Amino acid sequence: MTKNPTSYEALTEKKVSRRDILKTAGIGGVGVILGASGLGGVLSLKESRAAGPELNQEIVPFYGKHQSGIITKTQNHVYFVSLDVTTSKKEDLVKLFKDWTKASALMTEGKSVGKLASNEFLPPDDTGEAAGLSPSNLTITFGVGPSLFVKDNQDRFGLKQKQPKELVDLPAFPLDALEEEWTGGDLCIQACADDLQVAFHAVRNLIRIARGKATLRWAQTGFQRTKQADHKNETPRNLFGFKDGTVNPDVNSKNALNKHIWVQPGDGPDWLINGSYLVVRRIQMFIEVWDRTNLREQENTFGRYRDSGAPLGQKNEFDKPEFTHKKENGEDLIPVNSHVRLSHGDGTEQILRRAYSYADGMDLKTGSFDAGLLFLCFQRTPSKQFIPIQKRLAKMDKLNEYTSHRGSAIFACLPGVKQGGFIGETLFN
Amino acid sequence: MKLVKLSGIFLLSSSLLIGCSNSDTTSSTEKKVKETKNTSAPALKGVTDEYRQYAITEIEEFVKATEAFTTAVKNGEIDKAKQLYGPARMHYERAEPIAEVFGDLDPKIDAREGDVPEAEWGGYHRIEKGLWIENTTKGYEQMADQLMKDVNLLRAKVETVEVTPDLLITGAVDLLNEVSTSKVTGEEDRYSHTDLYDFAANVEGAEKIYQLLQPELEKKDKEVSKEIGARFDDVYGLLNQHKNGDGYQLYTELTEAQVKQLSQAIDALAEPLSQIGIITEAS
Repeated sequence: MTKNPTSYEALTEKKVSRRDILKTAGIGGVGVILGASGLGGVLSLKESRAAGPELNQEIVPFYGKHQSGIITKTQNHVYFVSLDVTTSKKEDLVKLFKDWTKASALMTEGKSVGKLASNEFLPPDDTGEAAGLSPSNLTITFGVGPSLFVKDNQDRFGLKQKQPKELVDLPAFPLDALEEEWTGGDLCIQACADDLQVAFHAVRNLIRIARGKATLRWAQTGFQRTKQADHKNETPRNLFGFKDGTVNPDVNSKNALNKHIWVQPGDGPDWLINGSYLVVRRIQMFIEVWDRTNLREQENTFGRYRDSGAPLGQKNEFDKPEFTHKKENGEDLIPVNSHVRLSHGDGTEQILRRAYSYADGMDLKTGSFDAGLLFLCFQRTPSKQFIPIQKRLAKMDKLNEYTSHRGSAIFACLPGVKQGGFIGETLFN
Repeated sequence: MKLVKLSGIFLLSSSLLIGCSNSDTTSSTEKKVKETKNTSAPALKGVTDEYRQYAITEIEEFVKATEAFTTAVKNGEIDKAKQLYGPARMHYERAEPIAEVFGDLDPKIDAREGDVPEAEWGGYHRIEKGLWIENTTKGYEQMADQLMKDVNLLRAKVETVEVTPDLLITGAVDLLNEVSTSKVTGEEDRYSHTDLYDFAANVEGAEKIYQLLQPELEKKDKEVSKEIGARFDDVYGLLNQHKNGDGYQLYTELTEAQVKQLSQAIDALAEPLSQIGIITEAS
């Protein structure tokens, strides 16, 4: 829920550094997939130590211990792609990641890829549509899927013994309606930016660099209300009109991050230490159906009030949901099949959510909107985090009447890298 | 076929490898164009001559094949005409960088339905529609005659084409772009579905240019040259899966996944091929 006290004006006055603005806060959360749940979370924003050189205002550093785009405060837009690797040579993969690292570092600084047009008989290295645009807090996050290691029983790149136990296809959940065209992938790129053209430019150039080595498998854009539209920086609402109160682990707490997000020594193969697992779900939302559902039903579905975002029976958005409270007739105030209750479980499973809405025009079969949620979440151990949460939700979440999971994938997001290294070096070396 | 782009190639090209100074790089801030130097004009001269000969040979074959095709149409031999249609067009498609230079002839020979006003529409695709949709040759005899005339005229005009290195550099990628924009979509031969013939011919035409420029390219960048070679192999590997005797399967027989695979293989080839212009750079 990233309740951010900073005003938009403060951001534009450049008083705070990027790093501080980026801090997403949240206290002791639960994983909630579509919901507006909240156990409270307040972003603390301090004056920056490195009191902001304006140049860095909209740059999120690419190099570091962890990849950016994970605990980075959610930008306005995402362009997410899943890729199939087409080369069969490991050396090609290594070259690809080296080239990607270089290009990504440049683009996140708002620079173009490669040299500017220097020979009119050659196509320019950079595709050009981001020329002159601000870096827009662009982050580019890379992940590897289970099928990079073993596909059709083939140890494709001699990496089989390095495949983590956690990096396996997600189990089939009840009600899954997955479509091949939105599922899986050998690699993924998550490009987030406050400008969609900047995000698209990044992906486009990376895909171009990958030609002959990897191809697009599926792609999805996503949006949130923009910072420009929401000066108060309130909790974003999903397309059902409810606050998508991201009760996330406190990204300011090293302990919380190490406990819930970053892969630790001993968890599995060493190459993934400081990385994180990404679960992606493309969840179609039947907004037409939702829109004719009465308000009480909508609120019972989420377990929250639509207007305030408060848990049923409470006053304020950040009040704690009281799952034991009963109505006069003895029924649970927060229904047993409500989204907030099921997501919460016993409160031990936490995931870092960075979800975006999507609107992809019309569903050609039905004439309805094709709209929904590109659910992106990060965690240290999927089998103890996303999977148990989703099992509960898939079984009886009342929200399931209005949604359908069309796409799904899991990736291990590689650890970050220092300047001079390349993303994936711990895996490939 | 393209109606718009054409002769520009010639106008801007001839200065490419001649007369550039080789050291003064400060002058052209406006265009930011690196100086290109002719380090190997004699070598490239040989190349352009050779390509010219290749294109003329293809057009000559095209004349013969069109002769056989139009004769079959006029004789009312529907099956024979259908058999000859796909292979005949391959000669034209291989030499497309040169064939389509003649902006007046290209639409007459190769326009698809809707490219030109209905009343003016003739050529290969008009007869294709008659053969496959109406299942007849009746009423198409005159069109066959006109097509033959136009193809003969093309043959005569081809002699006048000046082949420049620029035409080769642009032409190689253009051939693959043709594949990406009209063959992959199945729009080229929308009645006969013989698109794979055109597809293969475009690739072969591009490969010819690559082979001719390969020695120069290797002097500049061995890796890119190797990569291009390997990607051609990939494309041929896929095309060979769709062979049917001497010819190719119908495009409609391909699955969506197979079409996507072909499309992505063309993208993978065209990207490094687009670097072929580095042969113009001073080494």
